[in-house]
Amino acid sequence: MGKYSDNPAAVAALVQPHQVHKDTYIDAEIYQLEMRHLFSNTWVFVGHDSQTPTKGDYFTTQVGDQPVIMVRHSDNEIHVLYNRCPHKGTKIAIDRSGNTGKFFRCPYHAWSFKTNGCLLAIPLKKGYAQTEFNDSESAKGMQPVGAVHNHRGFVFARLAVEGISFEAFFGDSLSSLDNMVDRSPEGRLEVAGPPLRYMHQCNWKMLVDNQTDTCHPMVAHESSAGTAVKLFDAANWPEDKPKPVAMEIIAPFMSPYEFFEDMGIRTWPNGHGHTGVHHSIHSDYSAIPGYHDAMNETYGAEKAAEILGENRHNTVYFPNIMIKGPIQQLRNFIPMGPDKTLVESYIYRLVGAPDQLLARTAMYNRMINAPTSIVGHDDLEMYERAQEGLHSQGSDWINIQRLYEGEEDMSVEAVENGTTERQMRNQFDAWSRFMTMSMPNSEAAE
Amino acid sequence: MSITRDDIIDFIYAEARMLDEGRYSEWLDLWLEDGHYWMPLDYKQADPHLVTSLLYEDNFMLRLRVERLNGERTFSQKPKSRCHHVIQRPFVDEFDVEAGHFVTNTSMHYVETRLDEQFLLALTATHELKLVDGRLRIANKRVDLLNSDAAFGNIQLLP
Repeated sequence: MGKYSDNPAAVAALVQPHQVHKDTYIDAEIYQLEMRHLFSNTWVFVGHDSQTPTKGDYFTTQVGDQPVIMVRHSDNEIHVLYNRCPHKGTKIAIDRSGNTGKFFRCPYHAWSFKTNGCLLAIPLKKGYAQTEFNDSESAKGMQPVGAVHNHRGFVFARLAVEGISFEAFFGDSLSSLDNMVDRSPEGRLEVAGPPLRYMHQCNWKMLVDNQTDTCHPMVAHESSAGTAVKLFDAANWPEDKPKPVAMEIIAPFMSPYEFFEDMGIRTWPNGHGHTGVHHSIHSDYSAIPGYHDAMNETYGAEKAAEILGENRHNTVYFPNIMIKGPIQQLRNFIPMGPDKTLVESYIYRLVGAPDQLLARTAMYNRMINAPTSIVGHDDLEMYERAQEGLHSQGSDWINIQRLYEGEEDMSVEAVENGTTERQMRNQFDAWSRFMTMSMPNSEAAE
Repeated sequence: MSITRDDIIDFIYAEARMLDEGRYSEWLDLWLEDGHYWMPLDYKQADPHLVTSLLYEDNFMLRLRVERLNGERTFSQKPKSRCHHVIQRPFVDEFDVEAGHFVTNTSMHYVETRLDEQFLLALTATHELKLVDGRLRIANKRVDLLNSDAAFGNIQLLP
């Protein structure tokens, strides 16, 4: 018990319209409350259903700090279960993915469970005959999360049993996910290989904030993208020699402020938002032979042009993922502690599209998001310096005031200048609400 | 020039030393123009194109990487990282003098350090070397990290 538990007013006071208190990023108690409240009351990304294509396939991950198993049951439905034996607590699955067959079996005492979590069998069950075991929590089997929703292959969970519906939580923000899926001529994505895993010694929100921070690329990435542009300009590249493919991906990071101002930011209620409303760093990729034809055949020329005309840059789905539709990528920012975040970067194949498209996606991922990526190095250096700096007594506040004009209504969709920090303010508006809504005395936060 | 197995092995040692001593321009000159430096993400990964790798860099990207290390505004290299390779005697798996084609397999421990942080990677490097104009060059290099599927912080130099 510290100063924030059961004290929604104190939590809410950390967020002001134009600034947030450093405790939101560094305080251990706030972190624990985020895990208990924020990650329980919101819809959190779990995985893609192509990671568990056949019955018995499972995939282990975390929702907030909760270890969970996503599994395909015998009726083909996806279930999300807490990765904990209802007997003594042993984690049931340790592999990151696999196939468990018709049931899970705990390695400690061989209790077994159907793939929807129901208790199947206990060895020497007669030992419980004289007890009231059947009325116990353990008899129910592996506990499911509060609610699960599969949106066109993307599986989300809400830990809380009661709460906001999937549709109400995401609303029109699903247009970004839909666009990414529609880019497949068959309207379907498949995960392509394992994700990059990149450990960051900083708070998870540093990463989420950065997804819509359009004032950093030309500064922080001068060393990587800027050097690439310089190197290419100095090379007097022969006309007949193909340009380095990497240049198409990396050079737009050096676009001037005006480019990012003009591209716009859209925010939706509940903390979601995206950069790149009108254009983005993904707008000028070269055409891939055969792809447009396949799209036209499926959707007709007009609809296909509409789908491919969206070049949204980064879409944040609050609280902790970002997707890039035009390059078929999802980044999951998994909290590991107040000062530690695991970043998993996934790529997807557009089913029915040429391989060349996936090759570009894979290239983007390794060039920008790998622990070995020079672009990733730029970002991580900044996050970790910020995390260290916030522990100083120099100031208690973080400024998120850019293009703030006072009295913002975060319950409505808005499109603004691409360098606004409105999306960060939007995230904190949602943060404050979902953090406090299930605390005792939550009306105090109003 | 007659090439011996020892020449091949010496080449592998010399390359590691260049990296440890930060002699990157010399190191870049070891490479053939169309070579790739590949570091798979998945254990026994076969395909560098349609799944993610930690690294799959052509000559342009390698030059960019090296150029960046010396840049004025390379903030993640202020102060600079240092690295150290400890290598086991390479196996020469293919030794075709006629074709000027050689393949080696080398176990290494790679240490990288910056500020108060130091980490260790165990790896196997596979070099494909070619004899061009009497000089050994790197045609391709593949680095398999023992724990390629682990979550790392920044790996800034070249294992």
